Amino acid sequence: MHHYLLPDISQPGKIGCSLPHLDVTPTELPPQELLRQELELPEVSEAELVRYFTALSKLNYGVDTGFYPLGSCTMKYSPKWHEDIAKLPGFTSIHPYQPVESVQGALQLMFELQDYLTEITGMDAASLAPMAGAQGELASILMVKAYHQARGDEKRKRILVPDSAHGTNPATAAMCGFEISAVPSDGDGNLDLTSLESMMNEEVAALTLTLPTTLGLFDPQIAEISRLIHQRGGLLCGDGANLNSLLGRVKFGDMGFDCVQLNLHKTFSTPHGGGGPGSGPVCVESNLADFLPSPLVTKDKGYTFTTPAKSIGNLGAAYGNFGVMVKAYAYIRSLGVEGLKEVSENAVINANYLKEKLKAYYHLPYDRTCMHEVVFSGKRQKAKGVHTLDIAKRLLDFGFHPPTVYFPLVVDEAIMIEPTETESKQTLDAFIDAMKQIAKEADENPDILHTAPHNTPVRRLDEVTAARKPDLRWEMSRR
Amino acid sequence: MNPKEYKYTQEHEWICPEPGDKGKMGLTEYAQSQLGDIVYLDLPAPGTQVEQFKKLGEVESVKAVSDIFAPVSGQVLEVNQTATDAPNLVNEDPYGAGWLVRLELSQPSELDALMNSDEYDKFVAELEEKPE
Amino acid sequence: MSSPYLPNTDADRSAMLQEIGVGSADELFQDIPEKFRKVQLKLPPPLSELELKEELRQLSSRNASLDDYACFLGAGYYRHFIPSVIGHITGRSEFYTAYTPYQAEASQGTLQTIYEYQSLVCQLTGMEVSNAGMYDGSTAAAEAALMACRVTNRDKVAVLSTVNPSYSEVVDTYVNGHNILLEMVEPNLDSLSSDCACLIVQQPNFLGYFEDMGAYAEKAHDIGALLVVAVDPISLGMFAPPADYGADIVVAEGQALGSPTSFGGPGLGIFTCRKEYARQMPGRIVGKTVDVDGKPGYVLTLATREQHIRRERATSNICTNEALVALATTVYLATLGKSGLRRVAELCYHKAHYAADAIGKLKGYSLVFPQPFFKEFVVRCPVAPHQLNKALLKERIIGGLDLSHMIDNGMLLCVTEVNTRQDIDRLVVILSKF
Repeated sequence: MHHYLLPDISQPGKIGCSLPHLDVTPTELPPQELLRQELELPEVSEAELVRYFTALSKLNYGVDTGFYPLGSCTMKYSPKWHEDIAKLPGFTSIHPYQPVESVQGALQLMFELQDYLTEITGMDAASLAPMAGAQGELASILMVKAYHQARGDEKRKRILVPDSAHGTNPATAAMCGFEISAVPSDGDGNLDLTSLESMMNEEVAALTLTLPTTLGLFDPQIAEISRLIHQRGGLLCGDGANLNSLLGRVKFGDMGFDCVQLNLHKTFSTPHGGGGPGSGPVCVESNLADFLPSPLVTKDKGYTFTTPAKSIGNLGAAYGNFGVMVKAYAYIRSLGVEGLKEVSENAVINANYLKEKLKAYYHLPYDRTCMHEVVFSGKRQKAKGVHTLDIAKRLLDFGFHPPTVYFPLVVDEAIMIEPTETESKQTLDAFIDAMKQIAKEADENPDILHTAPHNTPVRRLDEVTAARKPDLRWEMSRR
Repeated sequence: MNPKEYKYTQEHEWICPEPGDKGKMGLTEYAQSQLGDIVYLDLPAPGTQVEQFKKLGEVESVKAVSDIFAPVSGQVLEVNQTATDAPNLVNEDPYGAGWLVRLELSQPSELDALMNSDEYDKFVAELEEKPE
Repeated sequence: MSSPYLPNTDADRSAMLQEIGVGSADELFQDIPEKFRKVQLKLPPPLSELELKEELRQLSSRNASLDDYACFLGAGYYRHFIPSVIGHITGRSEFYTAYTPYQAEASQGTLQTIYEYQSLVCQLTGMEVSNAGMYDGSTAAAEAALMACRVTNRDKVAVLSTVNPSYSEVVDTYVNGHNILLEMVEPNLDSLSSDCACLIVQQPNFLGYFEDMGAYAEKAHDIGALLVVAVDPISLGMFAPPADYGADIVVAEGQALGSPTSFGGPGLGIFTCRKEYARQMPGRIVGKTVDVDGKPGYVLTLATREQHIRRERATSNICTNEALVALATTVYLATLGKSGLRRVAELCYHKAHYAADAIGKLKGYSLVFPQPFFKEFVVRCPVAPHQLNKALLKERIIGGLDLSHMIDNGMLLCVTEVNTRQDIDRLVVILSKF
């Protein structure tokens, strides 16, 4: 079934759903020039559509299918009852612009979530408006820009970003008109403080730092980093993508961060949806609170929306991804403080266990305690002509989704593994066995790796032709 | 291996001088092998002024983008449409059919700053020896 | 305390700690300076699934849901009929627990559905290419503005005053970052600067009526600017697609196509444009190709535009988008199909005109704009709209958007195929009391 596309299974006259008759007298149609002459969309019956999409779903691999150790993505299990709760009509069938007195339940949920997130991060205020982590980063950098402008400081033209940073960090800084300078990491995988000190001056608006870093390591120099940035008038922005390792144990606010964006679809268990929806709330210290993106939910006699005094503006036409917030809210309410601590504890144990068991087979660039994820390098295998890409594709044959590959850029042939706390030791052991087997194959039978995957619905795809001669859609014209 | 009459930059571009202070430029064999399958070329339109060693365009493979730098200063006279339509030519024949841009040189003496083919051969050999 | 989401037992953890070579899990946090590890957190005590379901159910019941209240409110988010089949497809966990399809061989389901999505929205808007979606209609408009600036190499954008103010606000937020200037222009376009990268318009406009798009396209193209059109995607079941009148980029809020209003999020930013601009589009794009055996398959393509490769030179910083909402849109368009979408649009059109006609005849009420409209129209009311809406709320009706800051006692009303004749008649009766 999946070898077809909708136009292939479409036949004139088929309908996919029933619609009511018109219950009012029809009115005159508007002028002809406004109207559409042709509307070419597929015509398929409901059962055929269900079979088609069901067949497609079976080609997919999700967290519910198996282990999905994508580093930096926190592919943890999404509790099912969140899905049911989020579907309640009182949450789904409410209009963002209906009178506030008619949506007090929604506003209360948002207000309390704001509170929980500020408590967890140890910050002073939060906005739930950003619809993804990258938009949360955008909010942070726009706030940094507004903050310096409000101080009358026109010299702050640069953002510092570690060389290990996720691509969204420099992309975001560029979207805000800043120049970007990359701060090197040292041999231990920490930020090179000497370089940071020489790069930090009154032209730097902020440093964006992921902590733990994208190498999965906690940089113990954080207090010094904060001091170096702040003493020259800069701000410290956190990328909270790796919060899963710190839940309940460490607060960004304590460590000197002025703002941090979170990813509800990572740390707070909301499902990834095949690439979204996500939610990227941003939390700030009091020095940035006036600049937060609009709106905030405040409580007076009832709940209502307010706009911060010097807000950077709106990031969307409504209030953020409410449907995602509901699930994150449910998650925090089901965990409590001890539950959060158990999450970070188990996440970190699982990652360190993988680190210990795999380091005999794969090069470990930084042999030190990792946090919730561990980064290996495929360079041992590269010497035998096997690349990280081949290792990743071969893992598919073993029924595992590959880890993140070729990121961070500072590690050659990087393999970034984040097991999360929702994986059992049994699953990890099976993964370890597969990785051991692959390492053996790299020695004894590299060809099986070069030609992997063998057992998936399609095998390696021609990405070169896809980029040279893009085929981005089918076309249906008048039949 | 690298054509003797061409001149080379440290960023792995070549230029083949032509009579009348003109020249064709492209990417070297080493460059195309490092880039992998090239999928797209972003080159300047005829009439564009370029400056030696400054960015002139971009070359894309599936997973990476690299800048192309001008080997000399001057004006773009012609762009190789055949290569932009079929970027695989740059992989297959980087010194011939895979040429990128024809330039009119504004300062022909700039050619002296470039490597000759022996120097470039040596340069590439040293790069390939370097440990990872 | 054991949790259903933590599958490891104490025995498992002990065994792992032993392998790691530490005595306790605490030792694994030693890189964190001790002073930062002494945190106190205050959160509500955890509750079980049973207890929380009840609590959240009660919280949700404190919201007036459009399942219980008749809705005449639109302004960008719409209550339309959502066929049940959609939820059953998006509820398949192979779709909703997957992530971005970076490993194409394990993600053909996601990739093929995105390819279908890209195709369907192009069929709808008449444009040649689409991406996999942005966050919502307003950010799609904002990214269109940024793209127009890249394409034309200009740093000014014009937004027509009849565009949804929520969209202009977001465009403003985004262009501010780039130090690009935003100009609001009136429909006469007298103040349109010749160095604008684009003119952003909406059809039908925010006030519900249709404008002369051909004239806007001509004026924009005369100055070398792109025409960016924000549309109501349901209207495209009946009304001319923007490609017909010279649009260069077409954006839309996809929520109306198969997703609930959801208090404004998640939505979907539909983003389509001319083929020649494909490499300047932000966001993910899926392409069709073949595998080593010659079997057709799908991959993310043109990835060199994106942040994970181009970093600070990326066309956008977007990473996570609204994939599951795009899937809902795909199933919706496939389900409604050629005749269904047209039918939905016609139902909206006729019901809205029936309502407008009846309200226009009421004493003290008048229709503000004479131009043709689709499913939304502005009414001047005899009393302040918020007063009307209070009364309507008591009658379990959500009234229209209060526009009194723009138009004296103005209210923007919306009627869709979900509103029955009884709903509309009841609305008219209540309005007649003022």
